[in-house]
Amino acid sequence: MKTDYRATSPRQKRPLFLAWLQLRQKWARLLVAVTGISFAAVLMFLQLGFRGALFSSAVEFHQSLNGELIMLSSRYRSLISLDRFTERRLYAMAGVPGVQSISPVYLNFIQWRNPDNNQIWDIFAIGINPEHQVMNLPGVQANRQQLREPDTVLFNRGSRQEFGPITQYFQAGDLIQTEVDERRIKVKGLFQLSPTFGINAYLITSDLNFLRLAEFRQPGLIDVGVLKLEAGADVQQVLAQVELHLPKDVKVLTKEDYAKAEVAFWNTSTPVGYTFDLGVVIAFIVGAVIVYQILYSDVTEHLPEYATLKAMGFHDRYLLMVVYQESLILATLGFIPGVLIALGFYQVTHWATLLPMTMDLGRVLFVFVLTLVMCLVSATVAVRKLQTADPADVY
Amino acid sequence: MNLFPDHETQEATISVNSLNHYYQQGSRKQVLFDINLEIHAGEIVLMTGPSGSGKTTLLTLIGSLRSVQAGSLKVLGCELLNATQAQMTLARRNIGYIFQAHNLLSFLTVYQNIELALELHDVTAEVADTRIKQLLTAVGLERFSHSYPRELSGGQKQRVAIARALAGEPKLILADEPTAALDKQSGRDIVAILQQLAKEQNCTILLVTHDHRILDIADRIIDMEDGRLSQEVPPLQPRPGNLSPGIEQ
Repeated sequence: MKTDYRATSPRQKRPLFLAWLQLRQKWARLLVAVTGISFAAVLMFLQLGFRGALFSSAVEFHQSLNGELIMLSSRYRSLISLDRFTERRLYAMAGVPGVQSISPVYLNFIQWRNPDNNQIWDIFAIGINPEHQVMNLPGVQANRQQLREPDTVLFNRGSRQEFGPITQYFQAGDLIQTEVDERRIKVKGLFQLSPTFGINAYLITSDLNFLRLAEFRQPGLIDVGVLKLEAGADVQQVLAQVELHLPKDVKVLTKEDYAKAEVAFWNTSTPVGYTFDLGVVIAFIVGAVIVYQILYSDVTEHLPEYATLKAMGFHDRYLLMVVYQESLILATLGFIPGVLIALGFYQVTHWATLLPMTMDLGRVLFVFVLTLVMCLVSATVAVRKLQTADPADVY
Repeated sequence: MNLFPDHETQEATISVNSLNHYYQQGSRKQVLFDINLEIHAGEIVLMTGPSGSGKTTLLTLIGSLRSVQAGSLKVLGCELLNATQAQMTLARRNIGYIFQAHNLLSFLTVYQNIELALELHDVTAEVADTRIKQLLTAVGLERFSHSYPRELSGGQKQRVAIARALAGEPKLILADEPTAALDKQSGRDIVAILQQLAKEQNCTILLVTHDHRILDIADRIIDMEDGRLSQEVPPLQPRPGNLSPGIEQ
């Protein structure tokens, strides 16, 4: 019976996977734990999804602009915090080397009447020169020339139902006439811009039509100037040239910085960014409490068994590893359904709100790391109970 | 520091000198008084005595489960007075424990419960498997290797506990009332197995019991009363076999 089992050999016995064997025993509790962690992961995904949708929808307009540099009033903050400047500032830049063309854009909320129920809603109107390719949006490219006709507009496919079923009417081939700021207008085409947290719907029209609809706006005082550079021109170099001649009442940004400024506005100058960050923190805490409850009761229930292990000569470290492994298993098992459920919610939210809810790898990894941290923190609190497993108590 | 020098059997397996122990709950209460005891390799020693007399306290001290406060306690050549937690943990690995409650891990099969004891030792997969199967055969449970403890009777669980205690080939087995929860026949079977396996492995056994049905297996019986070891009483009848101190394999 004497066997030399201490001999070292390349084929060592595989260690028992105690953590999994222990979790597997109480499958109902395992299910509760996995559900709780999934719930927390879904909450975090939703908060981050809303936050991401907010930011990506907020800059869809910015990114659609067909130009590398953007001129703005120095007091401009965001699409919902506009300031006007004279278009002469923009035309002055036409001669700067590297600038190919310039184009003024008018922006204003104006009143749109729902053709079905006559309710009036504010819509964000964009006035562009129909001869220029100012916005790189498929519907605009195809239809902008039709805007030369008086009182014609392009309507926002992604707008909410409050504005009337314009998209359906248009696609059915119906002629849509409604009133915008008391003028009768015709919808000539559709384009796609997602609603943002500040803008429910957009409307694109020509600069001349814009001034007819927004009678209170003065011709020549514009909101955004788009500078299109020659092919191969160095953006930073042209920007430096432009800034040489720049009066104090206007600023020029690259398109990327223009979009970043919009995101920064929503993040810091409104409560929205904070709200979603807090949502993530709360989801994290809820998840951590759930995992803690599960691990704590698991440790408590197995305390005599842990004491037995200690009495057999296992180090505390071994038991700590078991609990930490359990928490990592729970994190992984809870995370996978969490991602899938979150993807479903993203789709449903997109249908309901038209917000651009999209999942990206960075967010998946971020939430996975948050879930891991959540479970490890809970395990760290729960293992304090392990110290009370006294091997002397097993006799 | 080598905690476990290759000691020869001349040295006592357990050597207790002037051991005193106190419990510090509220008032300081002494539970063990000037204990002196030597147990030699291969001996089977039974400890009897009324409840609360300090038997279990002495057993947990010898088992390195409780810190020694005063006096000297050497187990398998290792002084446990002033031993660190890590040293105490290592000392336990050379001791096999059998508890009154079997203390098997409920979420492990019979096979895995025995395998767990081998986690602490550097073994190959084949050696571990052979060893576990040998032990299961020895305790008559080879058909139950994939059962869970809840599916076994009390006697069967205690037999698994014995197999687990012996898996690491300990030089010392400490048992606390291993037959208390068992009927007469199971109790007899348990001690018979224990005696048989201990003999095969030249293993020392210290067994605390109230059970008069098993006193006959002892080489020696010691009696504890009010924290003092009384004069050793001779075994009720001479044991068959000759597991005397110092025997070589």
